[in-house]
Amino acid sequence: MKLTEEQINRYSRHILLKEVGGKGQKKLLNGRVLIIGAGGLGSPIALYLAAAGVGTIGIADADEVDLSNLQRQVIHFTADVGKAKVLSAKEKMVAINPELNVVTYETWVSAENIAAMVADYDFVIDGTDNFAAKFLINDACVLANKPYSHGGILQFDGQTMTVTPGQSPCYRCIFPEPPPKDVIPTCSRAGVIGVLPGVLGTLQATEAIKYLLGAGDLLTGRLLTYNALRMRFREVPVKKNPKCPICGENPSITELKDEVEAMTVCDLGH
Amino acid sequence: MNLTVNGKPATIADENPVSITDLLEKLQVEQREYVTVELNGDILDRGDFEGATVKDGDTVEFLYFMGGGR
Repeated sequence: MKLTEEQINRYSRHILLKEVGGKGQKKLLNGRVLIIGAGGLGSPIALYLAAAGVGTIGIADADEVDLSNLQRQVIHFTADVGKAKVLSAKEKMVAINPELNVVTYETWVSAENIAAMVADYDFVIDGTDNFAAKFLINDACVLANKPYSHGGILQFDGQTMTVTPGQSPCYRCIFPEPPPKDVIPTCSRAGVIGVLPGVLGTLQATEAIKYLLGAGDLLTGRLLTYNALRMRFREVPVKKNPKCPICGENPSITELKDEVEAMTVCDLGH
Repeated sequence: MNLTVNGKPATIADENPVSITDLLEKLQVEQREYVTVELNGDILDRGDFEGATVKDGDTVEFLYFMGGGR
């Protein structure tokens, strides 16, 4: 594959970087990233990956755009209210970069469908808003040996970590089981400052791009936490947990199952 | 004893080793029943919170669930 004159122009600021260059840009164009969740985190992730020229981007979400989403889900516009989020997102991504292949999955991820989705991609990004999905994404990626980026936000706080299965600690190394439903507040109940997913989502998109390029150091073995009120980032080093239920020495989880206990009515419906 | 808790110095009155369960109480840690505790770089089993103790100079991290994203 040779870059066209238009591509050289479009991606010129990437190509100037020695860590990217024409070779790296081709890696991005051949890259395949799955974004699960087309909301707060998913918005900046989808916009930046589209702009960066990641050639194939999958985006999964069963929800429709709601007026209350627009305060932070910057990929959706007022005129999109009522539209499927994945379609709204695809329109903007293709408007930014018409040469992309955007694959939409208008569904919630489940133990039934996630393995087949994940299998088609090089890197997966968690932009979901509930623990059932977060644990399912971790399990699907660990079992499929697929690198992924975890992200979580609430109010003014965010956390993110990249998982390279087998090599670095996974989400369950830190949190072996989901919390019982409704004990940890969600954004829809506790609120979230609109810029927060912009910060965390952009970090997650950076990890996907670095992974595709093979450049720099991934955010593995470190949980990065961010507090917007105090404007402070912290890194907590974490080790692989030998007792981890999925990637430890004697894993108890060997196949995918839905964490029904962690699902809430709110998560299932909205 | 002096500890480092979530990156900051913290002092508790006790001189003797204190269990993780007591430490969570003394420091009034939020989400005590669900928080993950890392002691000197190792993640503790929830079942070990009674038995594991902190001593002067230890580093403790409390890691919280963050489930939002949309």
